[in-house]
Amino acid sequence: METTIKTKKTRYMNPYIGGVLLGLVLLAANFISGRGLGASGAIKSVVVATTQTVAPKYAEKTKYFKEYHEEHSGSPLKNWLVFQMLGVIVGGFASGALAGRLKFKVEHSPKITSRRRLIFALLGGIFFGVGSQLGRGCTSGSALSGMAVISFGGIITMMAIFGGAYILAWFFRRNWI
Amino acid sequence: MGPLAVNDIISPNTNFFLAFVIGIGFGFVLEQCGFSSSRKLAGLFYGYDMVVLKVFFTGGVTAMLGLLFFSLFGWVDLNLVYVNPTFLTSAVVGGLVMGAGFIMGGFCPGTSFCGAAIGKIDAMIFIVGLFIGVYFFAFGYPMFETLYKSGSMGSPKISTMLDLSDGVFALILVVIALGMFYASEWVEKKFPREEY
Repeated sequence: METTIKTKKTRYMNPYIGGVLLGLVLLAANFISGRGLGASGAIKSVVVATTQTVAPKYAEKTKYFKEYHEEHSGSPLKNWLVFQMLGVIVGGFASGALAGRLKFKVEHSPKITSRRRLIFALLGGIFFGVGSQLGRGCTSGSALSGMAVISFGGIITMMAIFGGAYILAWFFRRNWI
Repeated sequence: MGPLAVNDIISPNTNFFLAFVIGIGFGFVLEQCGFSSSRKLAGLFYGYDMVVLKVFFTGGVTAMLGLLFFSLFGWVDLNLVYVNPTFLTSAVVGGLVMGAGFIMGGFCPGTSFCGAAIGKIDAMIFIVGLFIGVYFFAFGYPMFETLYKSGSMGSPKISTMLDLSDGVFALILVVIALGMFYASEWVEKKFPREEY
């Protein structure tokens, strides 16, 4: 439908409809593959694969990588989550293309500089990377997928993630509001 | 019948291909809901945009109810579906560290890939941070190992621990979710913000 509204308001999907669709994707993952969705696990696979390629001797005698191979067979990149994350990039790109949101930019509050935003993005990524290893999964793999299968650990991780962010929100408010 | 891959109804390679298709759905839905924007995600913590809570809990509850119904109809054997193991101490500490990462970085791992896919440079830098964090954990593993393995409890379901059936727990969670949706709509009116 043609509209005459000139504002550049970005249109997003209704969050409850989006939530139901997300739930159906997660249900499909459980029905088809017997597991939930994830993200940080794919990063772990890439970390293991690159270390094995660059420093095979180091990886062979280091405990973290040895334990990875006790839990996973085959090449670390031939992994369910790696394929799923490649899909996420394609799906995200397709959605952004359809909605006209493809654009290189640093998104930040007008009250802070791009530089400050990028420094905090890097720090946040580092913290999330470390935390996701301790939590055995991130917001997707541990919290969301854990909720779907009523996992105690998943629900605890979820409460700790959101609780932790709320506790610290006051200290970082200048970055966002 | 289900899970198809566990019951060898589909081959491992078909399973990988379907993982890719499922990922497309996952990324598409996240981006459509606005999860490619850190300022929208961070709204949850300041009350100006509760989209994360709405999508997250609607998604979790939908999948949970779906699995319970699929099990009831005999379409999926819940004993073959992966339940995340619980290492209580590690889960709590890891969750808090992730919370710190969330409020600083404005993304979580899945959403950062969505943001990067549509060109958000802050999301790409967040991903660089993720890799640094995981490398740091891998190389510093001896330092983390005790914590990582502490509080092991197997893979309990919260319903079992509360001595409730899965269905009753699911009902409680649905009621909690509806309460939170109601509260979210109220909070958004209370802390409104201009277009961001």
